[in-house]
This record gives sequence, C-alpha cells and structure tokens, in this order.
Amino acid sequence: MKMVDPDVMVRRDDDRQSQRAASQGVKMSARDVKVFYGDNEAIKGIDLDIMENEVIAFIGPSGCGKSTFLRTLNRMNDTIENCRIEGKVTLDGEDIYDPSLDVVLLRAKVGMVFQKPNPFPKSIYDNIAYGPRLHGLAKRKYDLDEIVESSLRKAGLWEEVKDRLDRPGTGLSGGQQQRLCIARAIAVSPEVILMDEPCSALDPIATAKIEELIDELTESYTIAIVTHSMQQAARVSHRTAYFHLGELVEVNDTETVFTNPEHELTEAYITGRFG
Amino acid sequence: MDRMHFGQHSSSQFNEALESIRNRLMEMGGLVEKQVVDALEALLRADSGLAEKVLQTEDRVDQQEILIDEECARVLALRHPAASDLRLIIAVSKAVSDLERIGDESAKIAAMALQLAEEGESPRGYVEVRHIGNHVRNMLRDTLDAFARFDADKAVEVAAEDSEVDLEYRSAMRALVTFMMEDPRAISRVLNIIWSLRALERIGDHARNIGEQVIFLVKGTDVRHISVDEMEKEVKKT
Repeated sequence: MKMVDPDVMVRRDDDRQSQRAASQGVKMSARDVKVFYGDNEAIKGIDLDIMENEVIAFIGPSGCGKSTFLRTLNRMNDTIENCRIEGKVTLDGEDIYDPSLDVVLLRAKVGMVFQKPNPFPKSIYDNIAYGPRLHGLAKRKYDLDEIVESSLRKAGLWEEVKDRLDRPGTGLSGGQQQRLCIARAIAVSPEVILMDEPCSALDPIATAKIEELIDELTESYTIAIVTHSMQQAARVSHRTAYFHLGELVEVNDTETVFTNPEHELTEAYITGRFG
Repeated sequence: MDRMHFGQHSSSQFNEALESIRNRLMEMGGLVEKQVVDALEALLRADSGLAEKVLQTEDRVDQQEILIDEECARVLALRHPAASDLRLIIAVSKAVSDLERIGDESAKIAAMALQLAEEGESPRGYVEVRHIGNHVRNMLRDTLDAFARFDADKAVEVAAEDSEVDLEYRSAMRALVTFMMEDPRAISRVLNIIWSLRALERIGDHARNIGEQVIFLVKGTDVRHISVDEMEKEVKKT
C-alpha cells in the first residue's frame, strides 16, 4: 500500500503540479481506512493524503471501492445500514468520525455532487438559498441574494438563469441542473467538494463546462472526483489515484499515471486491458 | 519485457491497429535497411544499376512513412491511447521520421555512387567507407531488433556504437583532407566520398534516435540529448 509522501511527489523538478502539491498542506488525510458492508470488506485499509487546492481523481473498475472511499470523506456512508468504518479520516487534522462532531456541519465543509443532478423541487433561488438559510449564513435577504448570485456565478450558471430565479430548478437542462447542484454545494462555503461521476449523465458540451468549472473552482476549493472517464481524469485532475478491489494501488501525478504508470494494474486498466 | 504486454487488449480492433502499426514499422525498417546495404554496395563496387535501384525505391519508403503516420493519427483520434500504448504511438511516429531520413541519406550515397561510377574508380577513402558502412549497418539492424523486442539495453548499445562511429568519421575526415591537400586533382572524387561518409554518419545518428525512442517506449524516460553513460544509468534505474 502506497502512502502519499510529499517528498516522493517532487521527483521531477520540472513538474509544476508536483511542486504545487508539495508546497501545499494536507487538507484531508485517510489512514488505514476500512469499510465493511456486513461481512464484506469493500475497502481494505487505504492511506491517502488529499492536498489543499488540488483536484484528485479516483479511477478504477466498477466495484473497486472508489465511490465508497469518496463517501467516507464526508460520512455519507453513515446513512447506509450495516456499513462499518475503521481507521481514521481527518479534515485539517481533525478526526471527522469523532462522535462529538456535527455531521451536518461536516457536510457543509465537505460538500458533495452526485452522478445524477438532484435539484430540490424548489425554485432555482431556493435551491441555492436552502443551505445558507439552514446554516444561518445570511442575516438579511440582501446577504442571501448575494450568496445566491455569487454561487451561481462561480458555477458559471448566473447568466443563463438570472432572469428566472423563481422558476423550478428541475426545469433546467441536465447540464444546468448539475451546475445548479455545484452552485448549491458552493453556497455553504465548503472547503472540499466531492464529486461522484458528476458528468456521466451529461452530453460532451455540458461535460466540458463542468470540467472548465472544476478547473476554476480549484483556486478556492479542494476537489476529489470519481470518474469512469479516464480522459476526464486526465483532463481535470492534478493527481490520480487508482483503486483496485478495495485497495489503493497507485497514486501519482496525473501525467505520470497516464504516460508511465508505476504499477502494472494501473497500466492494464488505463490502457484497457486486463491480462 | 516489463510492462509491455501488447495483444491482451479488451478491444480486439485496438489490438489489431497497434499490431498493424508495429508490423508496418518493421516492414519499413527492413526496406530501409536494404536501401543502406544496396547503396553501400553500389558505391564500393561502382555498380550504377544498383544505385539506380536505390533511388527508385525511395518513393516506397516515403509512402510507408505517410501510411504509418496516418495509422498513428487514426489510433490517437479514435482510441485515445494511454501509458504504453501512447508511448508506442509516439515512439513509432518519431522512429518513422528517422527511418525516412535514413532512406534519404541512402539515396544521397546512391547518387554519389552514380557519379563515382562515371568518373572511374578511386580506391582512396573506400576503406573508411567500408568500415564505417559496416558499423552503421549493424547499428541500424540492432536498433530495429531492439524495437521489435522492446530491448532497452540493446538500444543503449546502439548509442554507444554511434559515439564510436562519430570518432571514426572524424579521423576519416582528417585523412581525406590530408589527401586532398597532397593531390588537388582528386578533390572532386574525394569530396564525393566525404559526402557519402557524412551520409553514413547521419544514418548512425538516426539509428541512435530510434534507439532513444525504444528506451522511451520501454522505460518511459526521455533519454535524448544526454551522454551514453547517463543513458545507461537511466535504463538501469527503472
């Protein structure tokens, strides 16, 4: 099992991404994380550091545990019955599985965007305003308006919806709905955004917009993305982690993973062969 | 071969495309090798018929270059190759340019052979041509072998041989320049020999370039523009 040692990541001086990642602090850290569904061990002891302001992509064949691991990062697995988690996950050094921790607050800090766009059956405005209201982020209507506008702007949706904020969010196109969900996640000022195959239900143009958005968001947020599209992982991420049968096989600079992966299993997966 | 497992692709069409590119490269390599051998024979034996044949075959080499490049572009566009597949495509498309240039250099030698055959034999410089020619021929064969077998160690050997050829080329130049000073009437003939030696030396460089692509393909490291010793270290390292 490989651990991400910042020293290991600065192997090539000319590699901008490595230097960038190494100069940043660790945002989230997983140590010997195991997830059981009943007796079935879905994740078998994963050690991984996620750096501040990086985009890290999780790739691997179906059932490799990448989505399960993603969900441990904001305790989404808590909602699944007979799911048991071992090991330690920290956010800024704090254990997120500490019993005294407020899970709702955690999920505001570590937001999530899902595979299928899932706007609330409310207006576009209320979709965004829901979180800030819940967390008491806006005292006046004016503040709330501002949060809604800036979130929609960051998600690249403002120009398209500013004249119909009172219309239902479900009336938007798939790609717009997904950006609405991203805006909703942004509205509560998260630090980390988890994305579980955010583009798998979108067409190439909507996908390109989301990818562009991910690139812009990385200035303010840390992003972990699960994707089945290897091209997408290659395009948007700084580092790529390859999961296989519940284990983390390799994590490396994305460029290295796609040109010269260290591990045979990674090579076999990304070239599309299993021998 | 570490991590070189072509032929187990889950898409059989992709497999076939990669296999076909490799086969075509080997085919082109064989043709170019023959060009070099024929051009040398034509020069040393003052055989103008063989020299003509070399010049006529050059078109076929050019056509193969275009064909292989098209196939590489198609795989890049349709299959988005990654890792070793990507390195294979990059290495092949670079090696193809080097092979085509080797073809050009052979044609230059053949053109010199034609001229020398007209002017009558001049034994001066032939020893050097034969010697360096044999050396370069072996390098080309070895580098193509290395490509076919994904053999990075052999590719390093080719680079080492190239350094030797460069030395031999320089000492041959000195000898021939001295000879021209002694006998100015032979200058035009000796110049033809010099151009041929120059072409051979270039073929050696191209063979080395192809070897560097083999190392990139097998090891994933870029070993261009470094010394043979450094190259050897890189290959041993990974």
